[in-house]
Amino acid sequence: MTNNLRTTAKVSRRAFVVGSAAAGGGLALGFTMPLPSASAESTSLATELNIWVAIKPDDTCVIRIARSEMGQGTITGLAQLVAEELACDWKKVTLEQITPGRNLASKRAWGEMGTGGSRGIRTSQDYVRRGGAAARMMLLQAAAADWKVPVGELTVADGIITHAASKRTTSYGKVAAAAAKLTPPDPKSIALKDPKNWTIAGKPMKRLDTADKLDGRKVYAIDVKLPGMLCAAIKACPVFGGKVASYDESKIAGMPGVKRVVRVKDTAVAVVADSWWHAKAALDALPIVWDEGPGAPASSATIAEHLKEGLTAESTNGGRQNGDPAKAIAEAAKKVEAVYSTPFLAHATMEPMNATARITADKAEAWVPTQNAEASLAALSEASGVPLANCEVYRHDLGGGFGRRGGTQDYVHQVVAIAKEFPGTPVKLIWTREEDMAHDFYRPISQCKMAAGLDADGNLVGLSVRVSGQSINAWLSPGQIKGGKDERQLQGLWEQPGDAQLGYDVPNLAIEYVMRNTHVPVGPWRGVNTNQNAVYMECFIEEVARAAGKDSVEFRRALMKNHPRHLAVLDAVAQKADWGKPLPAGVHRGIAQFMGYASYSAAVAEVSVSDAGKLKIHRLVLALDCGHVVNPDQVAAQIEGSVAYGLTAALYGECPVDKGRMTSLNFDSYEMMRLAEMPKVETVLVPSYEFWGGVGEPTICVVTPSVLNAIYAATGKPVRSLPLKHVKLV
Amino acid sequence: MAKLNINGKDRDVQAEPDMPLLWVIREQVGLTGTKYGCGVAQCGACSVHINGEVQRSCSIRFGDIKPTDKIVTIEGLSANASHPVQKAWLAIDVPQCGYCQSGQIMAAAALLKKTPKPTDDDIDAAMTNICRCGTYQRIRAAVHMAAGMGTGSGSVAPAQRKRA
Repeated sequence: MTNNLRTTAKVSRRAFVVGSAAAGGGLALGFTMPLPSASAESTSLATELNIWVAIKPDDTCVIRIARSEMGQGTITGLAQLVAEELACDWKKVTLEQITPGRNLASKRAWGEMGTGGSRGIRTSQDYVRRGGAAARMMLLQAAAADWKVPVGELTVADGIITHAASKRTTSYGKVAAAAAKLTPPDPKSIALKDPKNWTIAGKPMKRLDTADKLDGRKVYAIDVKLPGMLCAAIKACPVFGGKVASYDESKIAGMPGVKRVVRVKDTAVAVVADSWWHAKAALDALPIVWDEGPGAPASSATIAEHLKEGLTAESTNGGRQNGDPAKAIAEAAKKVEAVYSTPFLAHATMEPMNATARITADKAEAWVPTQNAEASLAALSEASGVPLANCEVYRHDLGGGFGRRGGTQDYVHQVVAIAKEFPGTPVKLIWTREEDMAHDFYRPISQCKMAAGLDADGNLVGLSVRVSGQSINAWLSPGQIKGGKDERQLQGLWEQPGDAQLGYDVPNLAIEYVMRNTHVPVGPWRGVNTNQNAVYMECFIEEVARAAGKDSVEFRRALMKNHPRHLAVLDAVAQKADWGKPLPAGVHRGIAQFMGYASYSAAVAEVSVSDAGKLKIHRLVLALDCGHVVNPDQVAAQIEGSVAYGLTAALYGECPVDKGRMTSLNFDSYEMMRLAEMPKVETVLVPSYEFWGGVGEPTICVVTPSVLNAIYAATGKPVRSLPLKHVKLV
Repeated sequence: MAKLNINGKDRDVQAEPDMPLLWVIREQVGLTGTKYGCGVAQCGACSVHINGEVQRSCSIRFGDIKPTDKIVTIEGLSANASHPVQKAWLAIDVPQCGYCQSGQIMAAAALLKKTPKPTDDDIDAAMTNICRCGTYQRIRAAVHMAAGMGTGSGSVAPAQRKRA
């Protein structure tokens, strides 16, 4: 089976180019960039100090945000970083979101807008802090000039500037106008505060976006209302890569509110009506004949066979080796072998895919829940044929992202194709949950074959790891595959330090990736490849430790001598979880550690398994070294969330394929962990203050292996395939 | 044209009998705080109160609602987000993306009305709405906190956990 369906990939490549360009060229510190478009209302009364900061006469500090908020707390964290350097009153901070059209017109002064890969804060922290600091310096300079005193004699706190010698004070709001006329300092010359002296950043500030999530006020993209707006429901060919053969519009003639049926890009059919429910009801009644295409015979079984072949195939698609693992394992005193597997997973954001568009001959607008507003803008322009400069995307905070709403923007392409049929009329497209589950970019499926050799003393002398599975790059960004090598799939098992390095040294080691693609679209899913690779590595290491007759922590520690950061996090979690100390009868522990997104994670799980095989997950302790911590309470929230997202997948998550299509299409079959099953989660932050690591994704990868290792401890049997709902534990 | 009593007001609504109450609320009445998540009463994002009972509005036919039924949506739960559940949600920073939280809050408010001091088991049984961001731990703590409000002391009791 090959990936012969390129339509989606073309869309994605385009988006990827935009993202890459922004990453490479958009980070110049254009503090003085003139703003081409009218500022939003929140700024209209404010004096702009630079692109990040504007101040109103009442001392309100407007902090501009270029990244997307999807629940992960990034906008609060970014505001804390700016406010820290600005030395303003945190209570007077408000936020203004930058649109991608404005960013583009300003030559990407605000830098990259894409929000994924746990990069929202760590890759923008430097320039947003400099923006805050530059504004503070100008405000102080303006006060000094007014008072005719050396700026060095001034102090500032909470936006109040003080000259102690003359007992004078003023506020940011009063000097902002004068400050804006000064020449900004060279951003590179600015000395930023030592994070150990932070008073706003680094503290558990309350989120700035909670209040309107409590009373129904918040307008998500799915809630957008525009004058004269029509609504659309859509159904794409359930078999990936299939097309529309025909449909019988006469069968829905006269149904309430229906305007028209639209064929969307040869792959989907949409009904447009006066309300979404009318559109959906008519779509359900519309007979559609599909040309299912070459993917139709595929099933979970054929895909599993395809991957299994890769476990022993001759040629590989990347990896690393040191020593001679085959020989070391063959000659070892004791040998351990296992094959693991993990399924496709859907993102299932609570807010289904949706977008609204209004297209005329010379202007295109879209209202989009997006993790990558610039990719949304590119998709809008490409699909509408309207030049980028005449396009604008109004980005709404997302009802969940998890990697689904990044570069691909398939739903934007669709809504634009529909809205083009109704020039000047806004059209809102909402996917049903079933459509959302049927047409995701799924977490790829993979299998892993492992072998280890132990010497007579139980030391690991050889380890061989082969992952066979689908490639995200092959689907979304083939240009990233160099010479047939796709190292991304081995995330977390890499040799090079700094981002996703394996924390173990083994004298004879082979790690290989074998690409086995399918017709199912794949993409990044919270934690991406670290999820599967951590299950494979950490559960197998547990098997090897047991075969060696050694303690799980001590066995790992022996392999981690050259990885002090990994080790510090492992030690921190073991200590907090009382590793080695007695537990209540029937409760067992498991441990795991891994690295991703430049952060180090470890977890200890406590579980019990009843005589009938019923699993209860009591408690998880997670430790994280993400370098700097911008908001410890929000880091804890992300860790708690990673447990729920990870355990949902471990317990229930799988997207079976039959007749070329997904068969789990709603939460009755794609089950979700609920509150009753949520274990107690304790967070241990181990900040080293020496680098900037990610937060949203790193910890999810240790959740499942820690639980599986605890189950192993409870039952004496390793769990080698997911989800657990199919595994007989006793 | 039919009458619908939402948040204390009678509204004239034009809808077919088989239209789900959720879409009547969102598209005919125009209150969008009540969310669509699954359409099959699994996720609870569409939770509203009908005559004081929490119900999943995506799976209730408009034709089955009587003009005398009192429907309360998240917008009508309290004035100025002053319900103890909303105050506790704010104090603990429960929401992440927030999309499911209207439903979670409506479910929690209904629980506390029936069971003012719920145990963890009560919360397990009543709070079955799905949250993909994984705010469950904070939801539990916030329900306990809300239960501690309204005692007249004005103080907020710390969340107590009996869980081992």
